[in-house]
Amino acid sequence: MSEKVSVKVCLGTTCFVMGSSNLQELIETVPKKYGDRVEVSGVPCLGLCSIDWEFSKAPYVKVDDDVIKEATVEKVLKAIDEKLK
Amino acid sequence: MAMNTSTPKETSHLKREILVRLIKAYLSDNFEENTRLIPYAMRPKNSDVPNYRCCIFKERAILRDRAIAGLGFSIEDTDDSVLLSELANKAEKREVPDEHPLTVLTTACKGCVPSRIYVTDLCQGCVARPCVNTCKFGAISIQNGKSVIDPEKCKNCGMCVQVCPYQAIQKIIVPCENACPVGAIAKDENGHAKIDFDKCISCGKCASACPFGAVHEKSQIIDVLKHVKAGKKVIAMVAPAMFGQLPCKPQQLKEAIMELGFADVYEVAQGADVTTKTEAAEFEERLMKGAEFMTTSCCAGYNELVDKHIPDMKPFRSDTKTPMYYTAEIVKRENPDAVTVFFSPCVAKKREALQNPNVDYVLNYEEIGAWMIALGIQVAECEESEFKTQASAEGRNYCVTGGVAKAVQTLLPEEIPAHPVIIDGLTKQSVRDLKKYAKNGMCELGNLIEVMACTGGCLGGNSTVNAFKPALKQVTNYVNESKSIKEQVKEG
Ligand code: SF4
Ligand code: SF4
Ligand code: FES
Repeated sequence: MSEKVSVKVCLGTTCFVMGSSNLQELIETVPKKYGDRVEVSGVPCLGLCSIDWEFSKAPYVKVDDDVIKEATVEKVLKAIDEKLK
Repeated sequence: MAMNTSTPKETSHLKREILVRLIKAYLSDNFEENTRLIPYAMRPKNSDVPNYRCCIFKERAILRDRAIAGLGFSIEDTDDSVLLSELANKAEKREVPDEHPLTVLTTACKGCVPSRIYVTDLCQGCVARPCVNTCKFGAISIQNGKSVIDPEKCKNCGMCVQVCPYQAIQKIIVPCENACPVGAIAKDENGHAKIDFDKCISCGKCASACPFGAVHEKSQIIDVLKHVKAGKKVIAMVAPAMFGQLPCKPQQLKEAIMELGFADVYEVAQGADVTTKTEAAEFEERLMKGAEFMTTSCCAGYNELVDKHIPDMKPFRSDTKTPMYYTAEIVKRENPDAVTVFFSPCVAKKREALQNPNVDYVLNYEEIGAWMIALGIQVAECEESEFKTQASAEGRNYCVTGGVAKAVQTLLPEEIPAHPVIIDGLTKQSVRDLKKYAKNGMCELGNLIEVMACTGGCLGGNSTVNAFKPALKQVTNYVNESKSIKEQVKEG
């Protein structure tokens, strides 16, 4: 696989309050762990929280095109590992 | 700095979700019914139950209890038969918030075993048997070649824990008991944690420490929503720590708060500037009169500690009022008809506000965050709007440990040397230290003692939203673009 894995941590207000504040560390730790195989960034509202009652599944993180609901550091790292397999 | 006491994320998520749902219910056309439905909406028929809970009914019962705290009532005092809809109705009619801001959800609390000393499988049944010999109460005997503790005789002293060469004996701690700096929370005979409100200083450490999220703040969100809905002139007083909480500029945050329906927003750093000036003058005067030391008086948790547990400290505590006090005074002077709401990083300010007629309500940062979610406000997309009165860099830095002492120091004349001592968070140990200083009437480490109940300062408060490090970075950026209080004093 040649393409980089892209990780987008939603730092929109809903996700931030629901817990992505605690995911900000990923922006530092992921490059340390995976080097340039993974590209990680904090992004504005992904638009997922405003659909119906989906705020309750925030925080959201996108790993390539897959959406991780109620994201935690562990879930995100696991998803990255899957992609890199 | 490691914030090892931060609330486990999953229970914060639950608490915040309930707040959002309550706010949405309030803003809907049927507050009572939509409140009643919250536990069902969160755990619909056939939904998964987390493995630490027995069944969906228990899950819903617990969510109902959490919603009771969100409505501002005591969970302990509410009868099981009362419907959430009735409570919603009662909340809307309430005139004043409850006296004590904390409540314990005992049904969530069962999982914790009472604190005790426990012999693990690592016990080798060694020949030396230091544990048997050390125990002053004769509680340990050897059965089948292993140590056994007789719970009737054990006094939890922990001596055996220290002497075992295999570290085979462990003390099982109860997180809330362990975190409480003043011994105000303990499991009762039923295994439920109970707060002794005569001792409690409202520091919120138990709420942060409990892995089951069992300790709740009684929210005043419905009270505030009610005044906003009624079109009252509701004014927000935003404590410095708030500027580290949401991913946006301070000026955008002001606009976001206006969008919630507030008539105006004041920075509490403005009141902090009054505190700094008054406290610097007071420190100078005290030292001239020969005082050994003085402590700060801005932290509500610390003030309650002195009042309830260290009366000997009273003469050494500054008489200067808190930033919240001065800010509320200014706001009410400029807007006599306003309803004032303090935006707080911690639960202790709710206690302080009850004693101050100029502060009508207190909301914490989780509640503000939930309100923004409910209205779909994206702070980073808000316009920028300036504060009418600009606070100083030092005032805006009050929320960082060491910041208050530093501010006071800035305004002291050279001939008055301050040697700050920073108490970065109340623990059982730091409470012992403070008692010692008070009793001896001196502190060998310095003469200006700054006390913050929370580690890291207000940014480490129990109801903050952002993690400590990024919050500190954001606040520091704001501080760095602000003018020093020295210039403010010069300009008069
Ligand atoms: S930490 Fe305290 S409040 Fe939380 S479950 Fe254990 S005993 Fe109960
Ligand atoms: S709020 Fe603080 S003082 Fe009160 S019970 Fe909890 S930890 Fe103890
Ligand atoms: S804030 Fe993350 S999806 Fe909207």
